Amino acid sequence: MFWDILSKILILIGGFFMFVAALGVLRMPDLYMRLHANTKSATFGIGFLLLGAAVHFGEFAISIRALSILLFLFATAPVAAHMIGRAAYIAKSPLWGGTLSDDLAGKYDKKTHELTAEIEEPKAAKKN
Amino acid sequence: MRYFLLNIILALTWAMLNGEINSGNIIAGFIIGYIILYVAQRALGAPPYFGKISRLIQFVAFFSVELVKSNIKVASDVLTKHNYMKPRIIAVPLDAKTDAEITLLANLISLTPGSLSLDVSNDKKVIYVHVMYAEDADAAKREIKNGLERWVLKLFSSDKKDRLS
Repeated sequence: MFWDILSKILILIGGFFMFVAALGVLRMPDLYMRLHANTKSATFGIGFLLLGAAVHFGEFAISIRALSILLFLFATAPVAAHMIGRAAYIAKSPLWGGTLSDDLAGKYDKKTHELTAEIEEPKAAKKN
Repeated sequence: MRYFLLNIILALTWAMLNGEINSGNIIAGFIIGYIILYVAQRALGAPPYFGKISRLIQFVAFFSVELVKSNIKVASDVLTKHNYMKPRIIAVPLDAKTDAEITLLANLISLTPGSLSLDVSNDKKVIYVHVMYAEDADAAKREIKNGLERWVLKLFSSDKKDRLS
């Protein structure tokens, strides 16, 4: 009885975060923030759904599978987000008007897309 | 690594002696094996394994709390009409040196809502992060350096330090 309720609660929380992720894609003002909503809330939501499934079945084989899906998701989702974000920045996808500052501006080499690291700090300035 | 394998073998032995291999038995076996190894470590020579495991558990707890907190923050921002977004792209200087450390750090930054690692500079000195809530750029940088990066360095550094001593 207790495990039944627990698995239902977990699945509901998971569904809620998936919904938030989908809504975030619609509501966020620029690509980068859409990525925010999408990668995190979605992995979080899937995590809860899988936990709910593992609790519901309560079997070793299924729990292990749920756990490994979760591990792979946690390892791969940020990589995808990083590649999409980088590609978007190089393709000059516009930042939202409310963005306060952009340290990346002008750091990419236009042809090779190599990224320099000039930090505007006293230490770095002295070297130059 | 040797101790981790020993621990797994002890966990499996425990589960087999119980006559059934299921998650409860394996976890119980792992904990009991850990305690046995901890008691026996003086005879076997003190390894870095024990500090590492407890640090790993601390880190997982810390990261879970962060994950829940910031997910709720982002969710409230998506669902309500107000938005408190103060996005910036900030450059965070890296203390992490090896590829593994930087990869783990970048992944963790991307996993905590409110920050998304965009790129690492070619000389691996700076990581560029898109943050959602950063009224003060320096505070946001400090948060990443003192929070996640410190943990990542701690998790990795124990290896070398213990080997030297």
